[in-house]
Amino acid sequence: MERTKAWKTFPFAKLERSGMEAEEMVRPHTSYLKDVWRAFKRRKTALVSAVILLILVVLVLFGPMMNPYNYYSNDYTAINSPPTAQHWFGTDTLGRDLWTRVWVGGRVSLLIAILATLFPFLIGMVMGGISGYFGGKVDMIMMRCIDILMGIPAMIYNILLIVVLGSGNISTLIIAFTLTGWMGSARAARGMVLQIKAREFVMASKTLGASPARIIFRHLLPNTLGIMVVGVTLTIPMIIFAEAFLSFIGLGVAPPNPSWGQLISIAAEVFKSYPYQFIIPCAFVSLTMLCFNLLGDGLRDALDPKLRA
Amino acid sequence: MQTLLKVENLTVSFFTQAGEVQAVRGVDFDIRQKETIAIVGESGCGKTVTVQTVMGLLSNPGRVKDGRILFRGEDLAKASRERLHALQGNEMSMIFQDPLTYLNPTMRVGRQIAEAYLQHNKATRDEAAARVLEIMRLVSFPSPERNMRAYPFQLSGGMRQRIMVAMALVCNPVVLFADEPTTALDVTIQAQIIELMNSLKSKIDTAIVLITHDMGVVANMAQRVYVMYAGRIVEHGAAQDVFENPRHPYTWGLLYSIPRLDAPGKGAMEFIPGTPPDLLCPPEGCAFAPRCKHAMNICAVRQPPKYTFGRAEHCAACWLYSEEAKKTYADVIEKRGNANG
Amino acid sequence: MLRYALKRIGIALLTIFALTTITFFLLHLLPGDPFLNIKVPVAIQEKQMAYYGLDKPILQQYFIYLKNLLTGNLGTSLKYVGRNVTDIIADFFPVSAALGLIALFFAELIGMTFGILSAQFKNRWPDYLLMFFAILGIALPSMVIGPLIRYFFGVELRLLPVSGWGTPEQIIMPAFVLGLATVAANTRMMRACMLAVTTQDYIKTAQAKGLTPTQIVMRHELKNSLVPMLAGIGPAVASVMMGSFVVEKIFVIPGLGKHFVNAVTTLDYPLIMSLTIFYGTILVTMNLLVDLLYGVVDPRIRLD
Repeated sequence: MERTKAWKTFPFAKLERSGMEAEEMVRPHTSYLKDVWRAFKRRKTALVSAVILLILVVLVLFGPMMNPYNYYSNDYTAINSPPTAQHWFGTDTLGRDLWTRVWVGGRVSLLIAILATLFPFLIGMVMGGISGYFGGKVDMIMMRCIDILMGIPAMIYNILLIVVLGSGNISTLIIAFTLTGWMGSARAARGMVLQIKAREFVMASKTLGASPARIIFRHLLPNTLGIMVVGVTLTIPMIIFAEAFLSFIGLGVAPPNPSWGQLISIAAEVFKSYPYQFIIPCAFVSLTMLCFNLLGDGLRDALDPKLRA
Repeated sequence: MQTLLKVENLTVSFFTQAGEVQAVRGVDFDIRQKETIAIVGESGCGKTVTVQTVMGLLSNPGRVKDGRILFRGEDLAKASRERLHALQGNEMSMIFQDPLTYLNPTMRVGRQIAEAYLQHNKATRDEAAARVLEIMRLVSFPSPERNMRAYPFQLSGGMRQRIMVAMALVCNPVVLFADEPTTALDVTIQAQIIELMNSLKSKIDTAIVLITHDMGVVANMAQRVYVMYAGRIVEHGAAQDVFENPRHPYTWGLLYSIPRLDAPGKGAMEFIPGTPPDLLCPPEGCAFAPRCKHAMNICAVRQPPKYTFGRAEHCAACWLYSEEAKKTYADVIEKRGNANG
Repeated sequence: MLRYALKRIGIALLTIFALTTITFFLLHLLPGDPFLNIKVPVAIQEKQMAYYGLDKPILQQYFIYLKNLLTGNLGTSLKYVGRNVTDIIADFFPVSAALGLIALFFAELIGMTFGILSAQFKNRWPDYLLMFFAILGIALPSMVIGPLIRYFFGVELRLLPVSGWGTPEQIIMPAFVLGLATVAANTRMMRACMLAVTTQDYIKTAQAKGLTPTQIVMRHELKNSLVPMLAGIGPAVASVMMGSFVVEKIFVIPGLGKHFVNAVTTLDYPLIMSLTIFYGTILVTMNLLVDLLYGVVDPRIRLD
């Protein structure tokens, strides 16, 4: 207001301004995470996927409690019953309630998927961290080993490990996936450590004011955290697939414990007569894989500023 | 001399998610046959957008909002895609900044040069090859027979830029746009490329629009200079006038930010404080006012008109030259801004 | 190129060696022995152990095994008594390979075409449609889609034979199921590659030459997109190979994949070991070929 008046009275007087004004930011400042969230919110498919996954998790946790049946008892009065008021998803060839089995199976499948994603991730972080931190010969040897290990087809090795460790239980699957899956994240972690090292060097030479911890926690971690979240989100459906695959060829969880892969595998044989037994677990496997993939894509796009324009 | 290209009130905006970025806000310039002009300014001032728009290379989300691009009387702003394709690389061509990224890494350089020639001329492969050799010799390329089969990564930076020049000249264009042709090169190579372009001027009839932020390059090559700031031309005139008698405070800043031995004021080097304005919401007054040492109240709220000096065609858009301010700031104008230190 | 090729071949050989060694020791360090749960007299058991060379010290067994491998002797199966693993592979692998190659060929071709189309129509309905199918292809694993299409096209509509091997009609469904994941992955990857290339500076140069959009795609974008696409062939081969385990089971195809699954479920250790090494070697070799192909497509590798 005052300025408007001043310019009308003395248009050609020297422009007075404070030191602050020249540095004034015209655009409102948005933080990185806020930016990502804004970009993510715009991706409706990813948002819907996240909601569906949330619902699935709730059902997997509480679904079995919603009716009086358990996953292993046989109801001989209702064998191969199609979905009814008592058995919402019907029963299988042994008269077991499929609603309960689908959600208990979902617990197994999701547990395997999450743990078999996180463990390799953590091991990879440690290995990559060591490799990057020590550098030199250690780094070279470890990286060569990882090159070679990555050349070995993972699924073949999963099968071999499960055969060796004895098939049929959850921990075997998780151990096998962990042993064959850590190399990729080790490479990523090594790259990250090298980046940190480079930044420390830059900092030392330029003597910027910030401490290394600040750089790591304020800049590096938020950036790499995003990439890691995307990696985890896209690995989970791969593990769900792998579990289903192994169950299908007879290396999954042992009966009577259900898992999604196992339900599909058993039902595939009676598909012609009882299609619902096959289609219901398939639908949940596909839906889960679809949602994780869409969520991962959405997160990645939201994190990549180049794609945002 | 006949005017080849006349750009009037060119206005280009990029419609991004953050809003409308007004990259070019009413630019006028013209170029005559065989002439070399320079458009000078900091990075981000809209020079590249201006020439890419003229050449029809504006990509999404950029749009021409207003203005005319008269090429031999034909308005290219309204021309069809087919018409533009026929002109691009043929009558108008362009040299880009970084010869490494602007050359296709998986195509032999000879083929990349021949491509434009084959596109615009009915020629056999042999004729094209002959033309490629001829043009490579014109840009003094060493052993062209062998090197036309090379891939870009096998050549040095200077060689690559010669390929870019050869590629741009292969169809004998009427106008050549050179977008920072030396920026990505080593200093010694820069001199070579400038020498090459100067020597080419006498051999070919092409008019050159040189875009640069380097006043040294301008002094070496251009007959006329346009100084651009935040999407507008703030001063233009014959190179001699602009160098000897710069009028706009921004031009003063540009000129005195070059270290030189014969600089006025005991050789002290000046720099322009601050950063260019955000073109998402450009200031309502003179865009340079926030960084200008001599800014007046009016500068912050009103666009300055163009003032013409001495011989025709030396213009500057600055309130210092209004009747009211002229007397008060005679001192500043006289010493080209150096009075206030 | 020579240095690059030698380095790649060296790494591939090391990988195969590591694969062989790990496989051998994993299976031989198992607690117990493969005949433990078969109720036979001790004398016969010892005879069996001797027949399979299992009575010798483990390192000696390892070296014998390596020597046999190098001479092409992959050992004998436990369950198909007296049958040579090499014979089993020779009998059944051609079927798997034929099916796999057909699936792979069409999957690569269709996937890339879809990817190019998708990129050209970016953010318009053909793009959305293709991306929808691509993401569906990823979310529908072979054990889900296999029984479904077998039922609908084979049983309900009776358009195609539900099982068996030999006629072209019998190939269609298994090849489709086998290639679906690869089509989906390739569509997405090719789209991403094309879009990445589109923003490269040299595309601007091509535009400045007055090339039409189609010419730019054909001359500049395609080849440069193919370079990163090559990397997808390795995983595609792996996916088709693993898929064959499932698909051969669903469609009752007499291929090697079915035998591998049988070996795994019946714990036929020598067969598992040999087939693991066989499959591993094929994949490593395919990856090596892809690496060498890189050199052919990308002059920066070839001429360095």
